[in-house]
Amino acid sequence: MSHSPHHHDHSHGAAHSQSGSHKTTDDRLVYMANQIATFFSTQPHAEAVDGTRQHIRKFWDPRMRTRIAAIVEHGGTGLSPIAKEALEGLSRPAVS
Amino acid sequence: MSLVHEIDYGTPVSKSEKLVTLTIDGMKVQVPEGTSIMRAAMEVGNQIPKLCATDMLDAFGSCRLCLVEIEGRNGTPASCTTPVADGIVVKTQTERLKQIRKGVMELYISDHPLDCLTCSANGDCELQDMAGVVGLREVRYGYEGENHTKLGKDESNPYFTYEQSKCIVCNRCVRACEEVQGTFALTISGRGFGSRVSPGMNETFLSSECVSCGACVQACPTATLNEKAMFEIGTPEHSVVTTCAYCGVGCTFKAEMRGDELVRMVPYKDGKANRGHSCVKGRFAYGYASHKERILKPMIRASIQEPWREVSWDEAIGYAASEFKRIQAKYGRRSVGGITSSRCTNEETYLVQKLIRGAFGNNNVDTCARVCHSPTGYGLSQTYGTSAGTQDFDSIEETDVVLVIGANPTDGHPVFGSRMKKRLRQGAKLIIIDPRKIDLVRTPHVQADYHLPLRPGTNVAMVTALAHVIVTEGLVNEQFVRERCEWDEFQEWAAFVADERHSPEAVEKYTGVDPAQVRAAARLYATGGNAAIYYGLGVTEHSQGSTTVIAIANLAMATGNVGRNGVGVNPLRGQNNVQGSCDMGSFPHELSGYRHVSDDATRALFESVWGVPLDDEPGLRIPNMFDAAVDGTFKGMYVQGEDILQSDPDTRHVSAGLGALECLVVQDLFLNETANYAHVFLPGCSFLEKDGTFTNAERRIQRVRKVMAPKNGYADWEITILLSNALGYQMDYAHPSEIMDEIARLTPTFTGVSYKKLEDLGSVQWPCNEKAPEGTPVMHIGGFVRGKGKFMLTEYVPTDERTGPLFPLLLTTGRILSQYNVGAQTRRTANVVWHGEDVLELHPHDAENRGIRDGDFVKLESRAGSTTLKARISDRMSPGVVYTTFHHPLTQANVVTTDFSDWATNCPEYKVTAVQVAPSNGPSQWQEEYEKLSRESRRIAEAAE
Repeated sequence: MSHSPHHHDHSHGAAHSQSGSHKTTDDRLVYMANQIATFFSTQPHAEAVDGTRQHIRKFWDPRMRTRIAAIVEHGGTGLSPIAKEALEGLSRPAVS
Repeated sequence: MSLVHEIDYGTPVSKSEKLVTLTIDGMKVQVPEGTSIMRAAMEVGNQIPKLCATDMLDAFGSCRLCLVEIEGRNGTPASCTTPVADGIVVKTQTERLKQIRKGVMELYISDHPLDCLTCSANGDCELQDMAGVVGLREVRYGYEGENHTKLGKDESNPYFTYEQSKCIVCNRCVRACEEVQGTFALTISGRGFGSRVSPGMNETFLSSECVSCGACVQACPTATLNEKAMFEIGTPEHSVVTTCAYCGVGCTFKAEMRGDELVRMVPYKDGKANRGHSCVKGRFAYGYASHKERILKPMIRASIQEPWREVSWDEAIGYAASEFKRIQAKYGRRSVGGITSSRCTNEETYLVQKLIRGAFGNNNVDTCARVCHSPTGYGLSQTYGTSAGTQDFDSIEETDVVLVIGANPTDGHPVFGSRMKKRLRQGAKLIIIDPRKIDLVRTPHVQADYHLPLRPGTNVAMVTALAHVIVTEGLVNEQFVRERCEWDEFQEWAAFVADERHSPEAVEKYTGVDPAQVRAAARLYATGGNAAIYYGLGVTEHSQGSTTVIAIANLAMATGNVGRNGVGVNPLRGQNNVQGSCDMGSFPHELSGYRHVSDDATRALFESVWGVPLDDEPGLRIPNMFDAAVDGTFKGMYVQGEDILQSDPDTRHVSAGLGALECLVVQDLFLNETANYAHVFLPGCSFLEKDGTFTNAERRIQRVRKVMAPKNGYADWEITILLSNALGYQMDYAHPSEIMDEIARLTPTFTGVSYKKLEDLGSVQWPCNEKAPEGTPVMHIGGFVRGKGKFMLTEYVPTDERTGPLFPLLLTTGRILSQYNVGAQTRRTANVVWHGEDVLELHPHDAENRGIRDGDFVKLESRAGSTTLKARISDRMSPGVVYTTFHHPLTQANVVTTDFSDWATNCPEYKVTAVQVAPSNGPSQWQEEYEKLSRESRRIAEAAE
């Protein structure tokens, strides 16, 4: 894959268009997931997906994971491919 | 109790390992080569009279009081400037010496006001002492001749006076300003009889370059430079050694008391972080503790529209507990949480997170490190295996190349900044990576070899470019990497950074820095000897903050600059106990000692001691709490000693989150900005009023000792216990030492820590356990904590916060010397004479283009919001970059900052905000509305008769 920062696997633009205080929590979660995926995207694909998934599993509170799981279930609009794949493999928290 | 008197050995200690034996007054003495005769004598308890000598300063040899006789040598050499030699026989008291000394003192006293009884230094004056020591009984010259005794007083400094008439021109103040502080603000003006100590060019202290660190006052042997408190209160009668509550340096002070009144704070020479030095905050700015705005009674109100109502502790605690229980019953277990304070002690922080995990039953705990050094924790734990800096402060004394990136030590960590400057004056090289021309770039007798003024937000590109040079020019320390690091990861990293797109030439389009300078700086870092990196929030507070920390860690590994004195990766932590608050389990995913809450064995250990089941899911981080509050799933918060409304980014979002809470409990000294949204106010106590420990930026655990009773009735740890017990989760500690004992039982890096050990050793640096019973000054010696060091790839991703036609400038925010964080403490001291308001610094070109003059009111606007403040035109800024501080609530700089944050930790991107600046004639709408809310929210109802 390309290492050029301009061809990166990130889609910050979607959230960025709603910069400032007008973002919804869903916007923020999508943006954050994409940021995480961007960091791991320098690694081979499977590791990038796993790194993104583990990071979210390790640092996100259950309601955040539940919420982004719902976004994924509704098509994952705005999520980068790595973020989306990572989240598709992340089980919903038992209790939110 | 009595005053803690530290021995003054007259001259600094010699570090030579070679010992020399001599005889002093018939006693055999063995000392390191290079020791002065004065010091050697003091080592055996023989105090040679002195005035111009003190062991914080190099020997000077001017007062002629410390003369001695040496068998076989002519004359009477000064013992301060004469080093010991093998076999010499020294006499410190002979008839000849007695006569000379008496004559010298006679001359001094003939030109000194004889007002000892009413002098502020009466009983604390070395001149007075020496007159007694030499047996001075008369002054044959009289006092009528030409003299200095009628010279005036400079009282311009708010904390100390300069009484010229009492000056004996010993040069100690001038030398302290040079050698200890490194500011060079003082000099001796005039010649001969006209010689006088002069701040700057015969200016007043306040208008000179003096930074009010107090080193001159500390060094002065007479009343010439003396604390105003000594005039007002008198001399202290007992002292207590304690730790400063400002900044991550963690200076040790003697709190000198008269009864329960604090007379002055005097830096403690035995303090291993500060080595006897201080800054204007720790030394002088403690008056906030008795400020009239301090709240001493608990208060409650049902809504923030109502005035506060003073109530008993029982009622306040009972109300808070019942509200938290009600909220949890209605909205669920995870609907409440809290924030620990990096200004409070380890023990207090530990208890707050224990309350949240144990009494609330969730992990919704976070701390101010979220918004400062959380990327340090992430980056260093991933690469090295531990969430802390690698060195102690003493390490700088063996550094050959200092690389400062995104830090401004002379303002943010001034006492360490002085130690750094001292090493630089000794010849260490200096590389600075910073958009601003910080003081270290060029300051008296220090000049950066390379200043790389990069565009804000391009740290990763810059540090990866340094790595590119090191790898492609064959400057990697391959032996170190092969022995200490994961070789496969290294190779992958080396190939990555070697790619042409990471070259200084290729990244110039992002950084704006001359590639030749970048190459030269990289070569110096890799080949200049012991190289140490010091960094601050200019690294962490970015959307790629964690990536930059990783890039820095990579750089140090690649060059072998980890695991010994003089090198390393050194995060300069912000608040006094931010390291400690992180260590104590303040993060929502970790228990103390950085162990994840999902780890069954760790939870089982805590559950066995705490007697309660623990949640295995990570909790909310601070910005997530605000989101959840706005969304309606987070309803209650306990905030101890932080002012998140003022300190956290995107104020409007923070206020929306706080405003959505049904119960906000604030525990603080003052009705801070966060308290405007609170329902319960629990008055906190200052560091002077409680026992505990702080952990500084070098992992040093130090005692905080109570010097007076809590003015509010309870220490902060006691208040947390009251709340926990009211919530039904019993806590039972009689003293903070018992809390530390529990921390030691549960935290592998603290198993050897106890108050007894801290009493015995003064301080210890964690890890302190069976493997390192006396602590660990330098980490990763012989190997990394994680085993092998791990290189990680650091792709540069430009921030999404971009400049454009509407917002063409980049704002970066920070701190200045005289103020601290949100200013809650320092704004309530005389430090406001140096910084009474936040100002916007901008480059002359940017000002001219906008028709802005120095001192004009300007509107500072971003996509998030706008504020107004005064402009200061300064060539410290690069064109296109503006700067301000966030010390004052009326400015509310964080109305302007955005919610962009670090990818790994959500640490906000304070350092990059696209803004526009324009002339303004009044406050912004936000400022007007907030000022009104603030005024109304702080109303306190009259107590019923």
